[in-house]
Amino acid sequence: MNAAAPIAPDHDLAARVEDLTKIYGSGNTEVVAVKNASFTVARGEVVALLGPSGSGKSTLLTAVGLINPATSGRIAIAGQPVMDGPRALVDLRAFRRHHLGFVFQKANLIPFLTARQNVQVALEINDVAPREARTRAEELLAYLGLGDRLDNLPYMLSGGQQQRVAIARALANRPGLVLADEPTAALDGRLGRQVMDLFRKVAHEQRAGIIVVTHDHRALDVFDRVFEMEDGLLRAHAA
Amino acid sequence: MNLAVEDIRHNVGRFALTATGIGLLLMLVLGMGGIYGGLVHEATLLIDRLDADLWVVQHATRGPFAEISRVPASLAPRLEAVPGVASARRFVFHTVQRERAGAPWRFSVMGLDWPGDRGEALPLIAGRPLAQARFEFIADRALGLPLGEQVRLGKDTYTVVGLTRGMTSSSGDPMTFFSLRDAQAVQFDLPGEALRLERAARQARTAAVDLGRQQPALLERAGRPAAAIPVLGPPTVSAVLITVAPGTDVAALAKTIGGWPDVSVYTRGEQRDLLLLGNVDRARRQLGLFRAILVFVSAIIMALIIYTLTLDKAHDIAMLKLIGARNRVIVGLILQQALVLGAVGSGIASVLGQWIFPVFPRLVLVTGTDRVLLAGIVLVISVAASGLGIWKALRIQPNIVLA
Repeated sequence: MNAAAPIAPDHDLAARVEDLTKIYGSGNTEVVAVKNASFTVARGEVVALLGPSGSGKSTLLTAVGLINPATSGRIAIAGQPVMDGPRALVDLRAFRRHHLGFVFQKANLIPFLTARQNVQVALEINDVAPREARTRAEELLAYLGLGDRLDNLPYMLSGGQQQRVAIARALANRPGLVLADEPTAALDGRLGRQVMDLFRKVAHEQRAGIIVVTHDHRALDVFDRVFEMEDGLLRAHAA
Repeated sequence: MNLAVEDIRHNVGRFALTATGIGLLLMLVLGMGGIYGGLVHEATLLIDRLDADLWVVQHATRGPFAEISRVPASLAPRLEAVPGVASARRFVFHTVQRERAGAPWRFSVMGLDWPGDRGEALPLIAGRPLAQARFEFIADRALGLPLGEQVRLGKDTYTVVGLTRGMTSSSGDPMTFFSLRDAQAVQFDLPGEALRLERAARQARTAAVDLGRQQPALLERAGRPAAAIPVLGPPTVSAVLITVAPGTDVAALAKTIGGWPDVSVYTRGEQRDLLLLGNVDRARRQLGLFRAILVFVSAIIMALIIYTLTLDKAHDIAMLKLIGARNRVIVGLILQQALVLGAVGSGIASVLGQWIFPVFPRLVLVTGTDRVLLAGIVLVISVAASGLGIWKALRIQPNIVLA
């Protein structure tokens, strides 16, 4: 565990990560998935995280997403220190509810809820009144081009539509940081591009920092900065 | 938005099937309670219907429902002479098993103390009370006899003149109501050869003593029917039922009569308790225990169903946790589904029970109290059963969404 003092708050940053290390197992089975990673993401910035499978991208993302505690290092989100090594400094679930949005390779929509309800539930969980949550969900889905699919259950939607619903859910509470783990992997090139453009639009309009783990090198122009991971080490992308 | 309701709406077919299964199980719980209630009802029905304030039975016995009780028929006028006794009815009760249409045919016989009691107090659904002292009877419809049907019992033929509903003995056999004399005739019927042999034996016994040899008329009388021999007396009855005059202290009267050395006296409540603690006690306890086991089994099955439903939603629950859902949202989802499942199952049990229980061979008595009790049991079971699912749900890690 890193014994350094907590990092200073910085309200212009969506996220600050310092010296983050994640080790799985111990002894002979020990695997260092992320090693001394440090970076910042500014509000309104879209950051890509590239790297081959097993390089530690998803581990880093889930650590920053407060769902997989790091072994050491510090994390601050929206200017608030939240993790000091594996120790949580805040109520993680409540913090995720208020400040974080998640998008995954699979949409992970709740199958018994309609597109609108999948977005609405994220708002209601955050104590938004049901009627207001419904209105905001409809507005958000319309913004993402799904105004005519509000009452469709997930299985009635295409992969791209499902992913847009997932993005709407991630953005519903206007989080300061959105974490996307290969969000375009299940989409064709055109849809993948649309999703990436959407991230950029949302980041700039909502002043949210967005970290996208991707293999897709075709859309790198969308990102403000690109990081690369290899064997748990994080570095700026050379290109 | 109610997540539990939305999940049920989305999986309504599976939910309906599950609720039906639980409903059938709960119907067994309800039915077991109904059988228990029916047993108690049948056991005490006769005592309640007879509406006697005191039961006078053979000394040191517990009455005709517990063991054989024989008191002389002449006890009734003796009792009527006691101050505070408004009326005394002779009571005969026994069970008959014959064969009819090749199948066992079993029923209980009760003697009505004609002419004072013609069966007017019975719940007749067709026909009429007894109109003559002999060869008529009233039968419960469960016996399957139509009005006017003639039945031969012993040496006589009896006609069905009235039908009752729901009149069964404590053993669950349909009741029949004869005049006292007919009831005794059925009870003490002997074949002609047995009568002839008894009369011959009586004559032989008389001839063997001095009195018989010295009194030829006595010897000749010994060979006649028992009713013609004053020393033999009329057949005994099972008990005498007393109706107390208004304003009489029942306990004091019971104490007075209870002081007689040849009888024992019980109040209606005591007779009821004797029946419940005697004849049907073990059956009651057996059913009660079986019911408790069924409730326990239902709780386990419901817990497993709720647990399985929770496992099915593990990924969704993880997603909800990931986006920050509080534990109460997760607990609410599981608990509400368990309660809805229990409530629907309870409703199905109630409706199916109303439809199925009446075709059971013995009374299944389900009262409003039983339904409320079941609802209470289901509520407890649902909450307890959801505990396992909630325990599992609260341990689901949000990062399984990434798996």
